[in-house]
Amino acid sequence: MTASIVGRRIPRIRGTDRIRGTKRIRETNRIRGMLACFAMLGLSTAMGQSLRTTHVEGPVWLISGARGNVVVSAGDNGILLVDSGSAEYSAELIQAIENISGGTIRYVVNTRLHPDRVGGNGAIRAAGDTFTGGNATQIGGVDVGAAVIGHENLLLRMVIDADFDVGLQPTETFFAPRFDLYFNNEPVEVIYQPNAIDDTNAIVHFRRSDVIAAGDVFRLDSWPYIDLENGGSIEGVLDALNDLLDMAIADTLSEGGTLIVPGHGRICDESDVLRYRDMVTIVHDRIRAWMDRGMSLAEIKQAEPAFEYDSRYGRGRDDWTTDMFVEAVYLSLGSSRQ
Amino acid sequence: MSSVARIQYPEPVELPDRVHPERSRVVVGVFGHLGICLRMRSVICMALLALSGSAVAQVDLVGEWRSIRHEDQIERGPGPEIGDFTGLPLNEAGRRRGLSWSASLLTVPEHQCSPHPANYAAMHGNLRIWKQVDPQSLDTVAWHLLHESYNRFRVVYMDGRPRPGDDERHTWQGFSTGRWVGNALEITTTDMKESRIRRNGVEHSDEAVLVEFLTRHGDVLTLISILEDPHRLEEPYIHTRNFILDTNQTMRPYPCRGTVEIDRPRGQVPHFLPGENTFAEEFRINHGIPREAALGGAATTLPEYRERLRELLNSGESR
Repeated sequence: MTASIVGRRIPRIRGTDRIRGTKRIRETNRIRGMLACFAMLGLSTAMGQSLRTTHVEGPVWLISGARGNVVVSAGDNGILLVDSGSAEYSAELIQAIENISGGTIRYVVNTRLHPDRVGGNGAIRAAGDTFTGGNATQIGGVDVGAAVIGHENLLLRMVIDADFDVGLQPTETFFAPRFDLYFNNEPVEVIYQPNAIDDTNAIVHFRRSDVIAAGDVFRLDSWPYIDLENGGSIEGVLDALNDLLDMAIADTLSEGGTLIVPGHGRICDESDVLRYRDMVTIVHDRIRAWMDRGMSLAEIKQAEPAFEYDSRYGRGRDDWTTDMFVEAVYLSLGSSRQ
Repeated sequence: MSSVARIQYPEPVELPDRVHPERSRVVVGVFGHLGICLRMRSVICMALLALSGSAVAQVDLVGEWRSIRHEDQIERGPGPEIGDFTGLPLNEAGRRRGLSWSASLLTVPEHQCSPHPANYAAMHGNLRIWKQVDPQSLDTVAWHLLHESYNRFRVVYMDGRPRPGDDERHTWQGFSTGRWVGNALEITTTDMKESRIRRNGVEHSDEAVLVEFLTRHGDVLTLISILEDPHRLEEPYIHTRNFILDTNQTMRPYPCRGTVEIDRPRGQVPHFLPGENTFAEEFRINHGIPREAALGGAATTLPEYRERLRELLNSGESR
């Protein structure tokens, strides 16, 4: 695996026993993490306003511009965020949320291990306050902040990776295929997508509003990222895209109905996901077929399996080019056959 | 609520009561706003200006307009053959996209009810046009178009509203604004979904821009469309279509619900591997058309290509 595709190597997670081993460390480092987040908060305050806010449906809003889309549910129960954006935008993000609603930030749900998804966790958590009771309320001076929800693999990856400060880590994890809560008068489902971009992915479905926050398995600015070293796979990405299509129901003549907010890019509906799924499937099928015929990676790259999509989805990004995507698909398919 | 920045449009064109030299410059400036090919736009602008010598700056487009079936009969009727890209200024990406397309894709439930986009809706079926007026000023604030095929409703806003923000959803019909250029209603459409240019796998991207001109000559309505796409076209694709006024016309509803027609593995997408479309050659072979001409491209759309075509035919390229 080339470093250009996967970044730093992180050991694969074998089980959940690491949680207990790392919990104490997380607790002792939390204050340090919070301080770092507050420092980042102060830095971002000096930045100009660059975020855009768009109403999606019901209590659900989209805030874009924080190096990735942030989906917001704002209502009587307060604020729930899907992802927290990049750390340097935290102050702007908090301001944008306040412009939508003065409610308290209760939850942040993370969809992926990436600084653009979890970078604002610390600042957002500090700015919020989740629902608490029992023992927590009996400890004077304890401010638990907003709860940060993520799959347990997200926590484990963040514990292993020193780039992620302890203050960014999830405070509530789940290991089942689904985590749910009822918030702002609607069921909210957090659905795990195993081995997609990596092994931490989740999509979030606001069921009454019928809005899905897809995270980066669906993005309009590039190919889906496949982080092989962190458990990602092309098959997992396609499963996630097909899950989105299974969940979405279009209104009349394939338009509207269930709305899907991608990790990057505009609000979409089923037909947009459909086109993206088709494209990724076609490229996957070509590479798989050519591998079956014995073509090497170099030969497949030479044959340009993604040629007709390159100018639309491979542009403008040095860190995830069409060539890198093709290589990742090739290696993913190769590893799945071993 | 969106906090998008308002798009700065050029000042409205002041319409003189007759053609004069200045007029050409003004209209070209309007096209230039969209970056349309200078050569093409000049031709169309001159044609429109020649038609707009009337002292009346606008015509009434309201009516029931019947599709003329002998014009573009293949498109308006049964649909094109697979591999027929003739007359399309496709770039290599657009061509490869079309050649990998399989008609079986239309059996996939989510694809079954995908309607024609704004650039294609007029190609297929009849058209109804009505206008919406401001109750106080009686100004026309919007034109409404209903294309019978797939019951495509389009709204052409005349009130100068800004285009949707970058985060707003794209639609099959996109977002259209209008302005008068002589006697032609210029319609600019953005924010379309990725969709068909031709019904055989030739598609434009979601970044395509469509500029149309609607004008009327008595009982004939002419629609000039110019489609520009940075990802699939070498040059703007320009097309004209005509409709006849038909006051007895009625429109039929077009209900559609996708369903499983073929039991497939989950996520299967019908398509051909590059170079392995077994049907792509049928069109050119059956009609004796050289491969180069059948696959389109900007050069093949020009009159001077006839000479090249003769060379190809004489060299046996059509076999």
